[in-house]
Amino acid sequence: MIAPPSAQSPPSAPSPPQAELPAQAVERTTRLIRQHRGRADALIEVLHQVQELYGYLPPGALAQVARELKLPLSRVHGVASFYHLFRLEAPTAHRCAVCLGTACFVKGGGELAARIEQRLGLRLDDAAGNGTWALEHVSCLGACGQAPVLVVDGRLEPRLPMDDPEALDRRLSALGLTAGADAADAPGGAS
Amino acid sequence: MSVHTLTVDGVEVAVPDGASLLDAVRAAGAELPTLCHLDGLTPVGACRLCLVELEGSGKLQPACATAAGEGMAVLTQTPQLREWRRMAVELFFAEGNHVCAFCVANGNCELQDVAVTVGMDHSRFPYQYPNRRVDASHPQFAIDHHRCILCTRCVRVCDEIEGAHVWDVANRGAECSIIAGLDQPWGEVAACTSCGKCVDVCPTGAIFRKDDTTAEKEAHRERPQLLRAARDQHQWQNQ
Amino acid sequence: MASPTPLQLRCCAASGCRSAGSEALQAALLAARDQLGGAAEAVTIKPVGCLRLCGRGPLVALDRSGGDGQEPSAGSTELYAELTPEQAPALLAAATGLGDELAAQRLDPAHPFFALQKAVVLEGCGVVNPESIDDALAHGSYAQLKRVLLECTPEQVRDQVKRSGLRGRGGAGYPTGLKWDTVALQPPGPRTVVCNADEGDPGAFMDRSVLESDPHRLIEGMAIAAYAVGADQGYVYVRAEYPLAIERLRLALKQARAKGLLGAGIAGSSFNLRLEVRVGAGAYVCGEETALLASIQGQRGTPRPRPPFPAQVGLWGAPTLINNVETLASIPVILREGGDWYAAIGTEGSKGTKVFALSGAVANTGLVEVPMGTSLRTVVQTIGGGVPGADGPNGGVKAVQTGGPSGGCIPAHLLDTPVDYESLRDLGSMMGSGGLVVMGETTSMPEVARHFMRFSVNESCGKCVPCRAGTVQLAQMLDRFVERRASLADLERLEALCRMVGATSLCGLGQAAPNPVLSTLRYFRQEYQAACREPGQCEPPDACLLQEVTP
Ligand SMILES: Cc1cc2nc3c(=O)[nH]c(=O)nc-3n(C[C@H](O)[C@H](O)[C@H](O)COP(=O)(O)O)c2cc1C
Ligand code: SF4
Ligand code: SF4
Ligand code: SF4
Ligand code: FES
Ligand code: FES
Ligand code: FES
Repeated sequence: MIAPPSAQSPPSAPSPPQAELPAQAVERTTRLIRQHRGRADALIEVLHQVQELYGYLPPGALAQVARELKLPLSRVHGVASFYHLFRLEAPTAHRCAVCLGTACFVKGGGELAARIEQRLGLRLDDAAGNGTWALEHVSCLGACGQAPVLVVDGRLEPRLPMDDPEALDRRLSALGLTAGADAADAPGGAS
Repeated sequence: MSVHTLTVDGVEVAVPDGASLLDAVRAAGAELPTLCHLDGLTPVGACRLCLVELEGSGKLQPACATAAGEGMAVLTQTPQLREWRRMAVELFFAEGNHVCAFCVANGNCELQDVAVTVGMDHSRFPYQYPNRRVDASHPQFAIDHHRCILCTRCVRVCDEIEGAHVWDVANRGAECSIIAGLDQPWGEVAACTSCGKCVDVCPTGAIFRKDDTTAEKEAHRERPQLLRAARDQHQWQNQ
Repeated sequence: MASPTPLQLRCCAASGCRSAGSEALQAALLAARDQLGGAAEAVTIKPVGCLRLCGRGPLVALDRSGGDGQEPSAGSTELYAELTPEQAPALLAAATGLGDELAAQRLDPAHPFFALQKAVVLEGCGVVNPESIDDALAHGSYAQLKRVLLECTPEQVRDQVKRSGLRGRGGAGYPTGLKWDTVALQPPGPRTVVCNADEGDPGAFMDRSVLESDPHRLIEGMAIAAYAVGADQGYVYVRAEYPLAIERLRLALKQARAKGLLGAGIAGSSFNLRLEVRVGAGAYVCGEETALLASIQGQRGTPRPRPPFPAQVGLWGAPTLINNVETLASIPVILREGGDWYAAIGTEGSKGTKVFALSGAVANTGLVEVPMGTSLRTVVQTIGGGVPGADGPNGGVKAVQTGGPSGGCIPAHLLDTPVDYESLRDLGSMMGSGGLVVMGETTSMPEVARHFMRFSVNESCGKCVPCRAGTVQLAQMLDRFVERRASLADLERLEALCRMVGATSLCGLGQAAPNPVLSTLRYFRQEYQAACREPGQCEPPDACLLQEVTP
């Protein structure tokens, strides 16, 4: 009751889903929803599969899922935005996740994150990243015996040598975690 | 139907099976602050203001969402409970932007009322000054997220009573926000029938009629209960 | 020429060693075996689950006698660590007695890390091939399910579980037998069993290891539980961060169905069970049982007030039994050996064994199963080897974190505490799921507290205000301590808000979120006091390190 108005200008509401989706993906979606017999409780499974199809969950696909599972739009968006593994924006070409779980934290996960932020010129947990790479944090991958760990484009990288800065730099370079690196330089390439 | 006998702050009451502790508290003539609860809507136990202590176990339970049971001894006003209620209200004020002097609901706001009830005049916690949205795209209504306390009454009334399910909660934790459709402007969500029920139940000035200016919002928070009672007693066919 | 005694190489194929290159190693071993010519016949190479010392993977165990299907006898097994694919021929040479190049990588099986372990839940972990139901059957999987269906009533099964004294391994330690009774004795109607494999506590990987190493044991345990409570459908809710566990579990379910061990009329009885996997999507709070149920039903994973408990009103309103992976994986052994046998292990209030995931600043990181009541010192120093490169009476250990974000930090001077539910709770921590993270002397406790609080801020579902807004405030208060700009008044505010959030939050996440703060305040208060703004305000006055920092 006492707070002054916010100094920043309020962000405007996002615009509605417009973009066209490839017909093939739309068909695939319909088929996989049918495989779940259109059951509303399969929503999370369906979202996983749709995300595999597009690499993220575009609004048009969410609308289709809502329609075909006979669920309210807001319910589908509510679920999709609740779970951290669902992405609502198109991902960058490469992604790196640094574990900040307790074991990795104790073994220098925080410094590792800072090091990568610096190398790539981006901020942790900023989905836009540097345009090519995005860096996010995870809280334990159950690989604590190998702490600290990274996931680079889906591959778990164990035991980053935090006590040897040079070895660390070599390892990170070998993983393609270098600012301005062309997407194709990175391991696995841009497929 | 069976009846449960219990005590509320030492006063004995009898309530029918299926009644909540909140019903029992009211039957005993005691009062509890509530924000997320609204008669006629499914209780969620989210605001934690109606917490009561069960004597003996010392456990705290939300009165609105806990069934009354035989032989329970309920305490509603221990010093500890009062202090925690006050802190909860402070957390609400610190988390949003509640500039009451400029609010449509000034004087008719349940958050304000609760603040008075628990004796809170300022928050000891630093204000967070979140940068939230205002959505005035609906022809008649608007939502100012700075004033939203995430009680989800609007979500529930629109789903359970109106059957439109325009609203839901998006994101999680401190990032939670009420959304219409796929996080779209309210005015673009076709499911909205413009019935105005969410406006009526919103405890604060978050959802309001565009015609109302400062301190003009009138709430009709009895609507869900009237509608639910009418429905349960089959006074009309389903809409 | 090599002796014709059969040799078996068990290659760890669990995810710890996989990330260290075990797949390439196994391929290299297979190729190298083919080079052996005639001697190749005697060498079996099989993928197995976790061999415990995950921190030094990839690991391979070499059994000198006893082929597939026979338990390797203790003295005849050697273990090799940190193998590279290039070393595959050398390993085979060592196996066939043609060389001993790898002596430096050979681990001592008599080392306390292995010798002090007692494999009960993990008895098949590292022994059976997790992708082969035939191997699992050969090691006794499903024998108890078949026996129970044939010989026992559901009451008799529940009775054995009650006698065992088994308590839930998911954190709270609720007596498993009582929970089963509650579900079984609900009014007639459908029931469901759910296995909680969400394992979200950072620093915990026990459930992952069970799923990846011996999935049939879990399925058998679940099927027995379902029979005991009268359920005919079940779900395993696995976190999406565990792709290998999901893959192996799905494969195991498929194999079990094909063998008639799941589905209609199991093993010729009239008992039916449909089991499905549900995959999470990255939400720690979904480990909370009511949130887990919401998530299985395709909703936002927000908890709801209890009562009613899931045992009364659960999935789709039906009574639902929810148990942790380790709890359910203990069931087949309990039925095989009897409840009394199990109850003889452990302590008065905490029976049986507990699997811990040992990690952090400790020499030997990995999976450790010990009897309940083993002291923390034994686990951390004797088994774990203490902090690498440190010595002294406590082996360089400053504290041990148990119970993840709901638990606390136990200081080194209390290392002699026996590990059981009550002792840990009395110290202001908790058993939790079994993650033990060792912290060395350089760790700053306010920073640890902030680490956990930030975790809670990130993972709060946002439904109730004490947790949604309170954790944010707590994290900001802790910032002041970490950045050394707090005051003694902040200390009071911090404690008051901790108490409020703990007492009034809706679910266990919010209720336990202050624990790491409260426990570090209890044992390392001077570190908080040292962070206050005005040197004169500190108690004791000389505790303030600020004097050293400001010029
Ligand atoms: C925030 C939170 C997270 C939890 N996470 C897990 C988990 O990851 N795994 C688990 O088995 N239990 C977890 N639990 C405990 C479960 O709610 C539940 O008590 C348990 O699964 C019951 O199984 P048990 O009786 O076999 O322990 C969690 C509880 C809370 C409050
Ligand atoms: S006006 Fe009616 S239909 Fe529209 S959002 Fe509000 S309650 Fe729902
Ligand atoms: S908009 Fe109003 S009714 Fe809806 S959650 Fe916010 S405060 Fe509650
Ligand atoms: S305590 Fe936290 S996680 Fe639990 S219901 Fe409340 S906000 Fe959600
Ligand atoms: S803490 Fe990083 S993998 Fe467990
Ligand atoms: S009114 Fe009961 S918790 Fe909000
Ligand atoms: S994962 Fe290989 S030893 Fe644990």
